[in-house]
Formats: sequence, structure tokens, C-alpha cells
Amino acid sequence: MKKIIITGILCLLVVAYIFAQAKKQPLAQASIKRGQKVFESTCIVCHQKNGGGVPRLNPPLIKTKYVLGDKSQLVQIVLKGLNQPIEIEGETYNNVMPSFAQLTDEQIADVLTYVRNSFGNKASAVTPALVKAERAKTQ
Amino acid sequence: MKHFFKIVYCIAILCIADTSYAQRKTAVKAKTTTVNAGLKLPTGFHASIIARDLGVARHMAVNSKGDIYVKMDRVKNSGGIIELSNPADNGIARKKTVFGEYGGTGIAIKNGYLYASSNSNIYRYKLNADEQVEDTGKAELIVSGLLDRGQHNSKSIALDNDGNIYVNIGAYSNSCQEHDRENGSKGMDPCPILDSAGGIWQFKADKQNQTYGDGVRYATGTRNVVGLDWNNEINSLFVMQHGRDQIGTMFPQFYEAKYADEIPAEEMFLVKKGMNFGWPYCYYDPMQNKKLLAPEYGGDGKQVGRCAEMEKPVVAFPAHMAPDGLLFYTGNMFPEKYKNGAFIAFHGSWNRNVTGQEGYFVAFVPFKDGKPSGKWEVFANGFAGVSKIESTGDAKYRPCGLAQAPDGSLYVSDDNKGNIWRITYKGK
Ligand code: HEC
Repeated sequence: MKKIIITGILCLLVVAYIFAQAKKQPLAQASIKRGQKVFESTCIVCHQKNGGGVPRLNPPLIKTKYVLGDKSQLVQIVLKGLNQPIEIEGETYNNVMPSFAQLTDEQIADVLTYVRNSFGNKASAVTPALVKAERAKTQ
Repeated sequence: MKHFFKIVYCIAILCIADTSYAQRKTAVKAKTTTVNAGLKLPTGFHASIIARDLGVARHMAVNSKGDIYVKMDRVKNSGGIIELSNPADNGIARKKTVFGEYGGTGIAIKNGYLYASSNSNIYRYKLNADEQVEDTGKAELIVSGLLDRGQHNSKSIALDNDGNIYVNIGAYSNSCQEHDRENGSKGMDPCPILDSAGGIWQFKADKQNQTYGDGVRYATGTRNVVGLDWNNEINSLFVMQHGRDQIGTMFPQFYEAKYADEIPAEEMFLVKKGMNFGWPYCYYDPMQNKKLLAPEYGGDGKQVGRCAEMEKPVVAFPAHMAPDGLLFYTGNMFPEKYKNGAFIAFHGSWNRNVTGQEGYFVAFVPFKDGKPSGKWEVFANGFAGVSKIESTGDAKYRPCGLAQAPDGSLYVSDDNKGNIWRITYKGK
């Protein structure tokens, strides 16, 4: 009897887990899809369709430590822009990135989720809640 | 009714944009039949690669013996200036020396000196009787402290016949907004950048340790000029301006996306002392053939305003193709048509959002008595190595510098990989 209960609980957990995953996936997929639209209207001009950037002008968004690394820092880049003589994967870039604070929390979450899951990148989603928290820090 | 006119206007503009695009396509097809070393050239011309993988190869200067000095933009792994041997003998330019520990773009030979620039200074090196640098460790500092804030920092140079050197000091901004490139940010009026950048400065070519105070702001309102050359036929400076970016993405209310890709033109200017070419207040619309008020300053794609007084281009090229090299051809190798005409190296666009990227070729404009005498045409194409460029990274090579050899052949540098092409004419 005990065995049956444990197996039953395990089964339930597995089923719950599968459901949770299934629910999570379409959510991320929807976010990526919306994010592509945002990317095409706001980021593509500099970072290019393939995310490869423009040599010595605009950096690539392919597997850089900024794109794949700390999500808070990534959100801050989009909120505040970036204009520092920093090295990105061993190269410096001359153009400036403006602030995109006028985008909504959801748009920023979507575009970063898209970037983190395109051009060969694979990383977890960015949530509107995180963007909201980061925006609060800048105010 | 108002809407009806708006629609008619949009359709009219689309038609204009379409025909100009079609015209350009026909210009692109100008009887190119030869294919050499990856390049499509007019009949009778021949190309070969004389150096490969040098690094970020920007401008070049050739001495009377045919040695080539190449200015490198990144010192790391390549050095600042590379001297190559004359390739005329066996078709290969050998690396002779590497010197000058600074990255940059400008390089030129005049009156027994090699001039070269970093992104803030201009140096020169004495040449010996063979026109080779006497002592590569001995650079005279001619000008220092020119503004370098990253954006548009190439200090390209040209020299006249009266002991002056001209240098581009590009604006560290797209359109002088309070917040550069930010949607909705207003243009600063007057634009404070123009005091120290956004123009062409003139200095003495043989005086050491000059800075802003010793120079003259020769011309203003040039956003960024990478290609410039002295035209000896009419003793005047000509420059190629890079027009502003992102007009369509920042002001979709005034510009239909396809139309926006065609503005503003890349402009060739004849520069005389005191001229104002209008940046950041004005831009040139090649479909309307007018300098128009920039939207950051109240423009809407139709208003002219203060731009009526600004200098016009002598040639207008399609938008965003990024002219990085200019050379007036004075050699005897090419057919008569090319004599005193202008070659322009187009680096290739990155922000033609909907119509696809353009440029990545060397263009030619015939000149007579210092004035364009015909339409511009594509001279050497195929540097990109692909027919459709969606992202800049799709292009294999990007033309940057131009130089003329003593025998009249033409050199083209690429700053993606660092190849150098030699283009010669052998006849039919
Ligand atoms: C006007 C051009 C421009 C636009 C538009 C632009 N960027 Fe950037 N971006 C840059 C430049 C230039 C840098 C590097 C700045 C520096 O070196 O200081 C950069 C840096 C970055 C970085 C960090 C470096 C890296 O390559 O990983 C990220 C991430 C990024 N941008 C994402 C975006 C996203 C997302 C958008 C759209 C919401 C966007 N950018 C829009 C020009 C732009």
C-alpha cells in the first residue's frame, strides 16, 4: 500500500512537471516571437539581421558575455544605453547605443528573450518583472 | 480630403523612390564583363590581389618607387603602418617594414615627407632620396589633441601645394541630438559640437606641435568625411561626406520606410574656405534634389528653412553607402575617360533597413575642368563576394582606401581582412 502511494505521488509529480514545462515553453515561444518584432523595429538597424553587428562600429549579439551573462546588467544596457570604450570579445566599437527606456517592461523582456534565443544563443528568458525591478533602480 | 492628398503624396514619393532605385540598378550594370580576383570590372581592366590578410587596412600612400605605405586602424597584431614593396615586378607586394605604434586612417606623401594620422594626432616622417622613410622611429608631431570620442574619429588627411594639410574632424554624433540616436530627443541649436568637430580643419604641413588654436576651421557642417583628396587640376579640396543615419527609424511619421532608405544622399563636396555644408541642421534628399531641414530641427521631409543657404553637393550618391576613399586619377595607364576623374571607395551600408545593403564597390565619376562631366558609375564590384547583403557581416571584403601607383595602376584596400587589389588596364 505504502509503495502504491509513493509511486502515485511520484507519478503526480512527474505529470505536474511535464505540465509546467509544457506551459512554460509556449510562454517563452510567444515572448520570443513578440521579441523578434521589437528587435526588427529597434535593434536590427545597428546589430543587423543576423545579430552579427558591424565591424568596429556595432558589436555582435552572438554569445557575448553581456548577452548570455547577468540578466540585470543586460536589462540595464537596454534601459540606459551604452557608450563606453569597452572591449566586447576582444574588440572595441565606435558607435553609441541609445537608451530604450521608452519601451515597455514587456517589450524589453521580449526582445532580450528573443536575443538570448537567436543567432545561436540559448539562454533563459528575461521576465517583465525583472525589467520592472531594474527600471525602479534607475529612477 | 486631407487623407486623399496624403495618399497621393505617398504614392508619388514611392514612384520617385522606385525610379531612382531602378536608375541606380542600371548604373550598376555598366558594361562589366571582366571578372578578376573576384572583381567585376569594365572591359580591358584587370585585377589581382597583391597583399592578403594585413588586418584593418585603411588608407594608402605610394612613393615614386612604387612602395606602398598602408595605414592600419588597429595596432594589435598588425602594427600602425605597413610598408609593402612595389608589386609591379612579380605581382606580390612583400612586407618590408612595420612601424608607428598608433592606429588610424590618414596617410599621404608630400614634399619629401610621409604624413600619417592617429585618431587624434598627425605625424610625419622624413623620406630619403629613394622616397623611403629615413628613420621609422623618428616621427615629428605636427598636430595633436584633435577630438576623439570614438564615433567618426578617423582623422583622414589631404595636402595642398601651398604647405597646408587638411584634416577631417568628424562629429561625435549622428545628428547633434541632446541624447545621441535616441528616439524623440531634440537637436541642439546651435549645435555645440561644431566648435571643435563636424568640419575640415587646416594646419601648416611643416610646423610642429600645432593644436586647435594654430589651425583654421576651413569648412563646417560636414558630419564625417573619411575620403578626401586635393584636386590639382583646379587646386581645390574635394571631400566625401557620410550622411546621417536612422532618419526613417526615428521619424516614421515623416518618412515611408522604403523612401527613408534612400535619404540622405552621400555627398561629394567641393570645399572652399568658409563654406558650410549644413550638418546637423540639414540633409540632402536626392529625389527632391534639395537640402532639407532635419526632423530634429523641425523638418518634415519637405521644409527647406535655413538649408536654402547651405552648400550643395557636386555629386549625390545613394544613401548610407559610406564613402571611405576618394582619389582623383592623374595616371596615364587608364583610358582618356578616366583622366582627372574621381574614384570613390564605398565601404558599404549597414542601415538600409528595408531595401537591403548597398555599396561595397569602387565607383567612378568622370570630370572635366574640375566639374563632373557625366553620371557616376560602378567601376569595380564584387568585394562583398555575395550578391545579396542582408547583414554587413555577409560581406567578405569592404573597400576603404585608394591609391595610384607610378605606372598608373589603382590600388584598393579592404579593411575587413586587409587585402589589397591592384587594378590595371591592358586594353581590349
Ligand atoms: C544606434 C545603434 C544601436 C542600436 C539601435 C542598438 N544598439 Fe546595442 N549596442 C550598440 C553599440 C555601439 C554597442 C556598444 C557600445 C559600447 O561599446 O560602449 C551596443 C551594445 C549592446 C550590448 C552589449 C554588448 C554586446 O554586444 O553584447 C547589447 C546586449 C545590446 N547592445 C543590445 C541591444 C538591443 C537589445 C537593442 C534593441 C533594443 C540594441 N542593442 C539597439 C549600438 C546599438
